[in-house]
This record gives sequence, C-alpha cells and structure tokens, in this order.
Amino acid sequence: MSWPSGALSATACAIMASEPVYALIDCNSFYASCERVFRPDLAKTPIVVLSNNDGCVIARSYDAKPYVKMGAPWFQIKNTLRRHGIVAFSSNYVLYGDLSQRVMTLIESMVPACEVYSIDECFADLTGLSGDLTQLGREIRSRIMRCTGIPVGVGIARTKTLAKLANHTAKRLQVHTGGVVDLCENYKRDWVLRNTAAGEVWGIGRRLNAHLEQMGIKTASDLALADPATLRARFSVLVEKTARELRGIACLNLEDAQPPKQEICSSRMFGTRLSELEPIRQAVATYTSRAAEKLRAQGSLCKRIRVSIRTGMFNPNEIQHAQGALVELPYPTNDTLLLTRAATEVVGHLFRPGCRYSKAEILLLDLRQPGEYSGDLFAQEQPVASQNLMAVLDSINERYGRGTVRSARVPVAPDWGMKREFLSQSYTTKLDQLWKVACR
Amino acid sequence: MSWIYLGIPYAGTVSVPLYLFRIPAGFPSPAADHVERQISLDELFQIRAPHVYLAQVEGDSMRGAGIHSGDILIIDRGREAQHGEIVVAALNGEPLCKRLYRKHGVVILQSENSAYPPRHVLEGDELAIWGVVRHSVRDHGL
Repeated sequence: MSWPSGALSATACAIMASEPVYALIDCNSFYASCERVFRPDLAKTPIVVLSNNDGCVIARSYDAKPYVKMGAPWFQIKNTLRRHGIVAFSSNYVLYGDLSQRVMTLIESMVPACEVYSIDECFADLTGLSGDLTQLGREIRSRIMRCTGIPVGVGIARTKTLAKLANHTAKRLQVHTGGVVDLCENYKRDWVLRNTAAGEVWGIGRRLNAHLEQMGIKTASDLALADPATLRARFSVLVEKTARELRGIACLNLEDAQPPKQEICSSRMFGTRLSELEPIRQAVATYTSRAAEKLRAQGSLCKRIRVSIRTGMFNPNEIQHAQGALVELPYPTNDTLLLTRAATEVVGHLFRPGCRYSKAEILLLDLRQPGEYSGDLFAQEQPVASQNLMAVLDSINERYGRGTVRSARVPVAPDWGMKREFLSQSYTTKLDQLWKVACR
Repeated sequence: MSWIYLGIPYAGTVSVPLYLFRIPAGFPSPAADHVERQISLDELFQIRAPHVYLAQVEGDSMRGAGIHSGDILIIDRGREAQHGEIVVAALNGEPLCKRLYRKHGVVILQSENSAYPPRHVLEGDELAIWGVVRHSVRDHGL
C-alpha cells in the first residue's frame, strides 16, 4: 500500500517499520442477504438467488445451504424449494451493486486503506494501528450490520492469504468467533493451518490440490512448510508465494486501482430462442452499447470488435451453430454509433436462417488509451464531434438512468430480454419502486 | 411545483443555483466574486450517505406527526433509536412507521391518529427497529 508521500514523518517511519497486518471483510451470503434487507418478513426464511435468465442457483442463504446445491438448475429443484419453503429470487444486480457500494463506503471510513476485491469482499491494510484489532473488527462488523443490514465476517492476519483464511475460519466457527478472527499470533495461525485442508487456501484450485495431495501436502500447514523452490519448480511462482504468505511473509500488497482492461466483453443469453435476424440485431446493438459504455468508463478506445452468435449446444434435435466475425474499425474509437453500425452489419453475415439462436457476445479488442497509439501522420483519428456526442450521451444517461438516450436499434423492453420472473424491486435506485412502509 | 426534487438516487446531485446570471458580453457580473456553492437537497437530507435510505408511506396513522400517505421518508439506519423518535420497525415481519415508546421495559409503537390505538409489543412479538425517520417529503400535487 502507499502512504501519502508528504507524510513521511517520524511516526510514519515507525508505522512502516512495524509488521504488516491485513484484514479481509467479506459479506455473508451477500446476494441472499441483500434480498432480506427490505424483506424483514423473510428474516428466517431460506433464500436462493438464480443466475441471469433464472437458470441456476448462484447464491444461497445460510439456512438454504443444506437443501440446495450451488449451480443446481432451477427447473430441477423447483419442487425441493417448495417443499422446504425456500424462496427464490432472480438476480437483482442493481440492488446488490447499491448495497455493495454502501458496505465499501463504510469500510473505507473505518480503515487507513482498502482494496475492493469483489462485489462482496474488501481487503484492508491495518498495519501500524494500535489497540485491539479484534475489537476494531467487531466495530466494523456491527457498523455495517446496523447501517446496511448485511452481515459480514472479518479475518485479520499478517498476510492477505492468511487474512482470507482467518475470514474463512470466522465464518466456519461463527458461533465461537462472533464473526471476527485475528490470526496475528503464531499459535492461533498454526492451529488454523493444521485444521484447514490445503484445497481451502486462497488460490489453490481443485486440480492443483490433487497434485499437492500426491506430494503429501494435505493441510494448509503442510503447504506452508513445503519447500518454496520445489513449489515454484513444479507449479508456479504464485503457488510459492501462497506458501510463503501462509508462513506469515507478506508477498501480496493492496492493489491500487485496477489497470484498464485489455478487452471488454458484453454477452448474455436471450430470454427466448431467436430465429429471426431483426431481434438478434437489437440484442447485438444493446450489448454493443453496454460494452461501449464500459470502454468509455475506463477511458479507452478500441480498434477491433468481435461479434459472435450461437444456438443452444445441448439439444440434439436442433441445428447447432456458432459463428463469430472480427471487424477492423477505421480508427480507434469509443463511439457507440460507429461500433453499433459495425456490429449490427456484420451479424447479418453470421446469421443463418433455420437456426434458433440463444446467445450473442460482443468483444472489444485491441484497446488503447488515447494518445497511446501512434498511427502515422496521416492515420485517421476519431472525429472530435463523436467524442463530444459520447460525452453528452454519458452525462445524460448517468443523470437520468442508463438507456435514456440510446441508439435507435436498442429497444426499451425487448421481448428477447432476460427472463427474471422473481425479480425484487430496485428499492434504492428507482423512485417508483421505493420500499413501502405501512402506517396502520 | 412538486417536491419530488430528490432526483433518481445515485444519478448525480440535483441542485438549485443561488445565483443565475447569464454571461454578459459587456461588464462582468458584479456578483461573480460572491457566487456561493449551490444548494443541494441531497446534502441537506444526506441521501447519498451509506446509512440513509428512502421509503414510501402507505396509510394515515402518522397524520398527527405530519406524515401522510404517499410521503417519502428519509431513514437513518446508522443511529440507535431513542424513546420518542419516529422509527421504521418490522413488527412480526411487517414494516411499520410509528413513534417508539420505550421506557421501564415497556415497548409501544404509537400512532399519531386517534383512529389507531397504541400497539404494545408483547412477548412472542418480534420487533426489529429498522431505522430512524429523519425527514419526510410531501408532493403537494400540482
């Protein structure tokens, strides 16, 4: 992490000299917890959240876990849900995004520095803080609970990998730990390492774990004690770092802002199968404008766009077809209109009558920052007029909501749109969907 | 003018300028040096704060407190509810807006309308205080 450069006083030096301490704050069953915030009637009802198009289970509340497997297809478990009184929701990313932002803002206000790791996880650097860190963890937990209704666990340790493990332990032994575990002391750390399988460690995937087991590395403790050189030689420097981190040697710092992405993808299953070109064009236009928004949000331009469509791949009675095309753009651009024109035109060449398409994907490639490309003197550049137009478009859409101004190809409520039969309200982002509170 | 001036939450600030001068071609505006920050109802009501939420009222049991059906409540979740404050509370799972009476181990959810008797919270009831009502906003229907 980086301290403000002007602050290199005697105290700052003392802080830098002290051993690093990291925390991982992680929301419990985040999506399911979000669905409960404005539904106090569901406080004790098990909940599952379904993927886009209500396909399969992507999140479960704690009390739904014994009955439903992660990834179970919705149509297979419908009856199980009914039998156990489990309530299903379509994923409401608008709501989750808003509550996530609230949680992260609260964390930022309580720690010296942090790194938002995912929608429901945040690393914090607690290095040099005096006082009882477990107590700080409890304060973070209770403040987030009070201000948002989202339960979190806090793991504290000397490295990020150990903090993740501490957090895992806090969750696993919730009753004993009160949701906060501090592994800064060696005997606690060693106890947890001995009692955790190597496969539970951050960054150790299933396949890797199988290899480790062959080497006799079964627990996190075995991994911590393994020879670093061997790990690097047999696997990678990342596995070596993981082992060092388990021993308490910090190898990973808080990441600052993410570097701009090298490619941007926007893809989605259609709510229904499409066998005509026009609605597919609309979908392609819709995904393209979303991708272009992401492109402008990170301040990049793109020189190539890849468009692909495919049918379902599992029904043996249907024609299976997938095709993509790469379009070279005249100049590096972030202009929704130009990108849409390119994408909708090329999809006309990909489309084959008689196929029932299920998905389209837009990939923006060859991304660069403005000024980074050095075309020759006569290379064409994006006209200033399109830049201005896009700036106006973004500011209007930011103020009045996405899609207020859009390409005419993009419909408001398409009939090929995502299936979200169990969608909760946008309680926090739409004035016409506010939470209703009774005065009776 | 209607009072739904809060804008779409998280869609940027809606603000009312204190001074509205056109840029003059001739003399510079004498007020240019005195322009202050713009008024922001978002700031006044703190609706961008992570602990502040909006909700809409249904029913007239809080009429006496000036809270009418359809009004928008601005709720603070960061604050511990005190005796006498107007709260949003979930009673047996139902979200209600009431005045909280909490003294000597007695908890009552009081209405501000004689048609609605006080609701004593008894053993077996489940009460969760959701937040404290800081402001309410009314549309006067123009």
